Amino acid sequence: MKQLLILSGKGGTGKTTVAGAFIKLYDAKVYADCDVDAPNLHLIMSQNSEPERRDFYGLPKAEINQELCIGCDRCRQNCRFEAIQRDEKYIIDAFACEGCGVCEALCPVGAISLKPDVSGELMLYSEEDKVFSTAQLKMGSGTSGMLVSEVKKQMRSKKDDAELAIIDGSPGIGCPVIASLSGVDMVLIVAEPSISGISDMERIIKTAEAFQTKAAVCVNKYDTNIVNTERIEEYCRTNNLPFVGRIPFDPEAVKAINNGLTVVDIDCPSGNAVREVFNKTIKLLFDISIIAEDI
Amino acid sequence: MKIAIPVDDKNMETSVCISFGRTPYFLIYDTESKGSSFLDNSAAASQGGAGIKAAQFLVDNKADVLLTPRCGESAAQVIKAADIRMYKTIPGSAKYNVDAFTKGELSFLEEIHAGFHGHGEK
Amino acid sequence: MRIAVLSGKGGTGKTLISVNLAAAAGKAVYLDCDVEEPNGHLFFKPEVLYEEEISVKIPVSDEKQCGGCRTCVDFCKFNALAYIKDRPVVFDEVCHSCGGCILLCPEKALSEKEKIIGKIQKGVSGQVTVYTGILNTGVASGIPLIKKLLNENRKEKGMPAIIDCPPGSACIVMESIRDADYCILAAEPTLFGVHNLNMVYELVKLFRKPYGVVLNKCQEGENPAERFCEEKGIRVLDRIPFDNELGTMNSNAKIAVRESEKYRALFSSLLKTVTEEVRHEATVNP
Repeated sequence: MKQLLILSGKGGTGKTTVAGAFIKLYDAKVYADCDVDAPNLHLIMSQNSEPERRDFYGLPKAEINQELCIGCDRCRQNCRFEAIQRDEKYIIDAFACEGCGVCEALCPVGAISLKPDVSGELMLYSEEDKVFSTAQLKMGSGTSGMLVSEVKKQMRSKKDDAELAIIDGSPGIGCPVIASLSGVDMVLIVAEPSISGISDMERIIKTAEAFQTKAAVCVNKYDTNIVNTERIEEYCRTNNLPFVGRIPFDPEAVKAINNGLTVVDIDCPSGNAVREVFNKTIKLLFDISIIAEDI
Repeated sequence: MKIAIPVDDKNMETSVCISFGRTPYFLIYDTESKGSSFLDNSAAASQGGAGIKAAQFLVDNKADVLLTPRCGESAAQVIKAADIRMYKTIPGSAKYNVDAFTKGELSFLEEIHAGFHGHGEK
Repeated sequence: MRIAVLSGKGGTGKTLISVNLAAAAGKAVYLDCDVEEPNGHLFFKPEVLYEEEISVKIPVSDEKQCGGCRTCVDFCKFNALAYIKDRPVVFDEVCHSCGGCILLCPEKALSEKEKIIGKIQKGVSGQVTVYTGILNTGVASGIPLIKKLLNENRKEKGMPAIIDCPPGSACIVMESIRDADYCILAAEPTLFGVHNLNMVYELVKLFRKPYGVVLNKCQEGENPAERFCEEKGIRVLDRIPFDNELGTMNSNAKIAVRESEKYRALFSSLLKTVTEEVRHEATVNP
């Protein structure tokens, strides 16, 4: 099963809008939302049933047994994450705790132990022959990378004989993005024609390159700044990256999204443009794989 | 010699697991005794650095050869430092790959991918 | 006074609002805590005064001292240590710098070295002091960088500080708002926007921070974000209309307050509203 990941670097460029449209156009049977911090894909994919839900245990967190604590302060002094505070008693800041276990190892009376901590929830929608895997990270949690890996694992374990899985990624370049890149055949980068958007696009391309993943670029809301759009196209030419199309800014897109639909569910300029981007991307994805098998 | 393979199930007909670090089990096949044992991979549940822990596990179990479809940078470092030779598996069951290796049909695993924990800069 | 600008969703206007608030304030400090994708410096184009590389501590082993007990390997929760051919090997990329292995080694065979994860830049643009944090690509966590940025800011007193936060509500966002006196939540009028606004709304309530919403990209017709604020009784501080002129300026990294009288007035007024809110909070909740 091939995996196509949609990323952008910068938030708000249209990853989910494009991912949703691609899923509809391909009639994908397997898809996932790896933006576990702020999942949105389910809002436009119209699921018909309740998902299977599962607690996700991230980092274990330290807990202090107040009855055993003798107040020696060794734990607080050695915590590199400032996760232990001394008020009237010693308290662990669960948001700062990284589960390293130093406090547990150093406590002379065994008053501290690491306990499993629910840091999110996994959801798996399976209807007829479709599988949609997603998750929600609990606020402040730090194991987004691990949760993303679980989302992908859950997706594959339910169904891995489909031709293509489409994955909606998260913004940024940090651990959830890095985790989502694992095992992916191609990344489609949705860029925004702004100075910020270009800067962020360059950083995400660099991140994808470090993982030796093939990348292609498209520009969303291109008509908000043609000069910058052309800059992006030039960048792609210089760096040998396939440029797969331009999508116009389209108020109809917002209407569709707000009605829980994708942009290809209605007739609109952005929907038509996304079709072209889709065609080019799919061709690249499957042509690339053919070339790889020949070697 | 001991041959290690990441596998999806605990039998010789099982498929080779696509992930090294997070494979559920390792098959250890002893070419002298012709015996096979299936070991649980505790590294699979790790938050991070699963490849490193899995590689350490193989080092501790005295594997001489590793057959795997892919391997990350950090895990490869452990494997190479321990003088374990790595070969690339071909489509087919674990048994099929062991046979292919014995007949000298497998090639060395050359493409080491960047670790999935962030470091990718050369 | 420290004002944090956040939003659950990317692209809603955090940087637009924080950059322009800082510019409207006259003397101010702008802190870009979105260390994965910093954008504020593209608008301010600050004259850089200094740069500092930020590092974390990674263990280094002394083979001669090592007794082979493997305490370090067994202790490490992140699998950053392996033991091969009678010596420990450290994997920088997964190390969380907790220092545990060094503390627990019975032979004192482990010491520490610095590993660079990114840098901080301090610069000026007009009357605004601009702090930018830039995380190196491939590094998983920007928290040490954000901590350093906010520490730098503690040295500056008497000027309002505007903190441009990362998107979302994960650990890096929490770190960014830790010191804030007030949180501005940026919201866009889409279904996605409301869904994610809810997340940061829960976050600021959890941290007991005073907060208000700025509705951005407002157009005619229904605004799901506005409806959300009504339902939850959240104060709407201001509305920024969807405006092609603003969009163009923004996409060309121009600071609206410095280019347009209309926007100078809008952001000055917003700043005044927030300042009053902060003052009010200080008297009501000292």
